[in-house]
Amino acid sequence: MNELIKKAASLLEANEVQVVIGYGLGSAKRPQAIFVTTPAGCEQLIFDNRCIQNLAVYLTKQEIRKLGKPAIVAPLPVLRSIVQLVAEQQLTEGDLVVLGIDPDGKLLEFSSFKAIESFLSDHKIVIEEKYLKKIEEIKNMPVGERFAYWVELLEPCFKCYACRAACPLCYCTRCTIENNQPQWIPVASHLQGNLEWHVMRAMHLAGRCTDCEACYHACPLGIPIHLLNKSLIQDLSESFGDYGPKISEPNMLSSFDPDDKESFIR
Amino acid sequence: MQTGNYSINEPSMSKLFDNLAEKGKTMYAPKNRGERILFQKVEKFGEIAGDYLLTANSAKEVVFPRYEKVFSYKKTQDGILINDPTGNPFSEVVLWGSRPCDAAAFIPMTNTFEKDYIDNLYVKRRKNLLVLSFSCNTCDEFCFCTSVNGGPGNTAGSDILFTRLQTGDFLAEIITEKGKKVVEENSSLFEASTAEGKEQSLAKVEPRFNQDEIQAKLQELFENPLWAEKSRACLGCGTCAYICPVCSCFDIQDEAHGSQGTRLRCWDSCGFSLFTLHTSGHNPRPDQGTRWRQRILHKFRYMPDKSKIAGCVGCGRCSRSCPAGINILDTVTAL
Repeated sequence: MNELIKKAASLLEANEVQVVIGYGLGSAKRPQAIFVTTPAGCEQLIFDNRCIQNLAVYLTKQEIRKLGKPAIVAPLPVLRSIVQLVAEQQLTEGDLVVLGIDPDGKLLEFSSFKAIESFLSDHKIVIEEKYLKKIEEIKNMPVGERFAYWVELLEPCFKCYACRAACPLCYCTRCTIENNQPQWIPVASHLQGNLEWHVMRAMHLAGRCTDCEACYHACPLGIPIHLLNKSLIQDLSESFGDYGPKISEPNMLSSFDPDDKESFIR
Repeated sequence: MQTGNYSINEPSMSKLFDNLAEKGKTMYAPKNRGERILFQKVEKFGEIAGDYLLTANSAKEVVFPRYEKVFSYKKTQDGILINDPTGNPFSEVVLWGSRPCDAAAFIPMTNTFEKDYIDNLYVKRRKNLLVLSFSCNTCDEFCFCTSVNGGPGNTAGSDILFTRLQTGDFLAEIITEKGKKVVEENSSLFEASTAEGKEQSLAKVEPRFNQDEIQAKLQELFENPLWAEKSRACLGCGTCAYICPVCSCFDIQDEAHGSQGTRLRCWDSCGFSLFTLHTSGHNPRPDQGTRWRQRILHKFRYMPDKSKIAGCVGCGRCSRSCPAGINILDTVTAL
């Protein structure tokens, strides 16, 4: 922790960055995102296993961008989001300083985004066994039962869009759901509105989602909406192999190659 | 208006629930759903969650559903047919297990929907609602009802307030005519009593600020760097507004299919970037700081200025559930 505080303070001291996005303790003694702008303020930085919010979401927020060049405290889920944001041209080299934290809590320094990508190749996304079992169970349900399962699961959703707001990859300034001419997705949180919203959200993240679970942690009603994303990750891993954010390879679902081995694409 | 105190034991409580449900009333109570305890429809007494401080959602859906038909229309050969739902019968609803803060929220809510413009959808739902609340014997660091004229044993907004006494029985304070009628119709379950033992059974909720002082300070603070600072972590979602028992902003939506359609009102939130976006592209609240300011000012200045009732009941749900960990007390106590 001292290492992180020292490094963050030195970056601010040297004016290499103007803000450090990290975790601190709020008034209720629970970790939350803090935005440190002075070297002395870096004493507030903490990191432990309660720090689960994905801070990468702030890298594209206009309010935070206004503060100047950031350094960001980045455990694995944040590192993955950063690489995906780079792959989608939302971040470029020099935009930020990454204060990586490895799974043992050690500070990591990266010379480039490529270096993060290569670090991540040793820390691949693995869907936990309990989720694989749940997904299997859902997929094996007869159609009617499966539909009823999703209807019941999503029924309490009142569309506060915390799942969208907490997701680092939902950075569009104008979302499909806000389009009302034509209105693609009903605004009301009735059955159709809820199903369409959650399916659309999952599909827009297919091949991009880095399994950080921010959507699930953000949901005030505790709805396990990340099951949809995890299921898609599993499908993509089975169809395309090695799943994970990559700068050096084209995106799984949004790239086209005339030499593709599948004939249907030609 | 307080019309007497009674005592009722636990087995009679379950009987009371059954009696109300048997009359065809729709029962809403805290019930486990997945990982949370939510206010939702329940059929049986046994479904009610036993141990909870507050539900994750608020109880406002019983009077202000998350989406609601305002009217529907259909073009026919004979002209346009309009269906106005306020002409339909509204079911009688019992809210069982609300906390004093949940119940107190119906006061500002009623003020919003029944003061300047009389909203018939709200009026009919509120009229058919029976509020049976339970005092709090515990609280947490997010609770601040005592700072906004409430309290763990506050009776405002409830028809009956039950308090679990140290003896294990419940004190039943009858607050309204509706509450009195419940006792009359179930008289064998209640025994006349005094309010003795109530205070000792209540949680101790420390006051965190003085509402009048906050209201006074907010007259001056419209332009202040504090709004941006305190909302820096804000993600711009609608969680705080949607779980708030008082927030009642809505958006009008038309769902049209050919020559027929429905006009709906759906919950909306001042935290959304679209909330005040003009057609021209101009947005008078262009960032989360100005949106957060609106949220605080509306609750702690505009509502008390206009009607002497704060727009906050101190339940702390917004702080407990904020995905970015923003605590409303951090802003209010820093003013």
